[in-house]
Amino acid sequence: MIKATSTSTTRYTTQRIGFGLLTAMTLFTVLPILAVVIYILVLGTPAINGEFISGFPREGMRAGGIWPAIVGTFYLTLGTAIFAVPLGIGAAIYLSEYAPENRWTRLIRIAIINLAGIPSVVYGLFGLGLFVLFLQFGTSILAGSLTLSIMTLPVIISTTEEALRAVPQAFRTVSISLGATKWQTIRRIVLPQALPGTLTGVILGLERAAGETAPILFTVAAFFLPRLPASPLDATMALPYHLFVISTQVPGMPVKIQYGTALVLLAFVLGMNFIATTIRSRARARRQW
Amino acid sequence: MNKISIENLTLHYSDGTESLRNITMGIPANQITVLFGPAGGGKSSLLRILNRLNDLADVTYLNGRVLLDEEDILSPKIDVINLRRRVGMVFARPVVLPMSIRQNLTYGLEVAGMKDRYRLDEAVERSLQQAALWNEVQDRLDDPAIALSGGQQQRLCLARVLALEPEVILLDEPTSGLDPISTGKVEESLQELKKTYTIVLVPHSVQQAARTADFAAFFLQGELIEYAANKILFTNPENQKTEDYVEGRFG
Ligand SMILES: Nc1ncnc2c1ncn2[C@@H]1O[C@H](COP(=O)(O)OP(=O)(O)O)[C@@H](O)[C@H]1O
Ligand SMILES: [Mg+2]
Repeated sequence: MIKATSTSTTRYTTQRIGFGLLTAMTLFTVLPILAVVIYILVLGTPAINGEFISGFPREGMRAGGIWPAIVGTFYLTLGTAIFAVPLGIGAAIYLSEYAPENRWTRLIRIAIINLAGIPSVVYGLFGLGLFVLFLQFGTSILAGSLTLSIMTLPVIISTTEEALRAVPQAFRTVSISLGATKWQTIRRIVLPQALPGTLTGVILGLERAAGETAPILFTVAAFFLPRLPASPLDATMALPYHLFVISTQVPGMPVKIQYGTALVLLAFVLGMNFIATTIRSRARARRQW
Repeated sequence: MNKISIENLTLHYSDGTESLRNITMGIPANQITVLFGPAGGGKSSLLRILNRLNDLADVTYLNGRVLLDEEDILSPKIDVINLRRRVGMVFARPVVLPMSIRQNLTYGLEVAGMKDRYRLDEAVERSLQQAALWNEVQDRLDDPAIALSGGQQQRLCLARVLALEPEVILLDEPTSGLDPISTGKVEESLQELKKTYTIVLVPHSVQQAARTADFAAFFLQGELIEYAANKILFTNPENQKTEDYVEGRFG
């Protein structure tokens, strides 16, 4: 009896220590993120006003606003979406619904996984070689969007494929047994059920594209271009690159402009993240399987 | 009159097992034909051949003929989509599609191209009446189908097939997950439905086989051991294996 009691006390203590440890570790991962956000909020907020958001940079970017960079990042994200979303979703549908399980398909999957791991600066160099120089798009929104698309595709393909595979097989069988074609089954049953997961993946992919500096460095970004792009073949300023420039390349730059820019970029990206999370949790609550 | 004639049908899956061995049998129109026997006997495989749902499985060898009204449904020339509208299937687990009750019922018609709201509504009411579900759901046709009880969901699956006005209805252990009352309702519907449709049922027990069958076929490890009218097969079977199984001596 006595022995049994002491064992259970020991176990209880061990459990408490384990629980405490895990809680502490979780806190340690959350704290830096919180610290970054608070730090940027505190230093960046004083810069935020109407002129900063909607004005053009002045005095060698040491005053005025960042409107061209905001517009540029918006166009780049939009351009990336136009190329990467249809292509990525199409590829995911093929891989999940049509591709036979063979060596060729496995090769494609391995390629996609590896593409996701390539450093973004390599994509930048590739985009410079292919789109800017070889295809002669010049440093332009078109070249930048295409480069960002290639970088984003693996994320969109994998998350969409995962969302498609999560749709129960039984739905497909039932639909086929009721005389639907394979494509009708995909369009009417599988895609709608996978839509929330797909949207989440798309937004997370675009979010990464919006925040990246390296891929746009050689393909689109202008150091200083105080006007709005007029066509897809124009170069443009963009938030991440602008932040890099004013943080390292311009002497005598007011700190609040640096952190104000960081804050806008952070809001842009976290805003997209928030939309993705909302879509996912709403869909989870409504899901019928 | 045989609605379906199965002639020398043999089926292998990719793992090499011979799941159906040289099956020959006729399925009479407007009767309930029951396929029964222990698990792994090939009953589901046979059902899935009758509406070519086995096209989705890993079949490596398929030989023989299956005639539906004289037409060989295994022929590559057959319109498989149309065949599946003529030969409907109810599965063991009720799988309602993630949509409303009404949409579950109109799904098959809509993918077939029917748009006329009036005719769709008509099909909804008729099929629900036939599956003895109308009274329970008529006020909530636009609710999600998943909100129905298990028994109601299975009757919805039956109604969903009936909405297409098929000629043959295949049911693979349709009551295996249902309580006795729901089971009774389904069995009752079948007796009524056989006036209009040809029914092939895999029952979930020998008792259900004996209760529902007009004709019964005993399957054992891919072979058709004995096939006869209900009265003969359950009271005076010819084959010793059939007798042992019917009397519960092996399971
Ligand atoms: N999709 C499939 N792929 C491979 N083997 C299968 C498949 N479906 C059934 N089988 C095999 O075929 C045999 C008959 O199975 P089945 O038709 O399900 O019998 P029953 O419905 O009488 O239990 C079993 O040995 C089973 O393992
Ligand atoms: Mg079975």
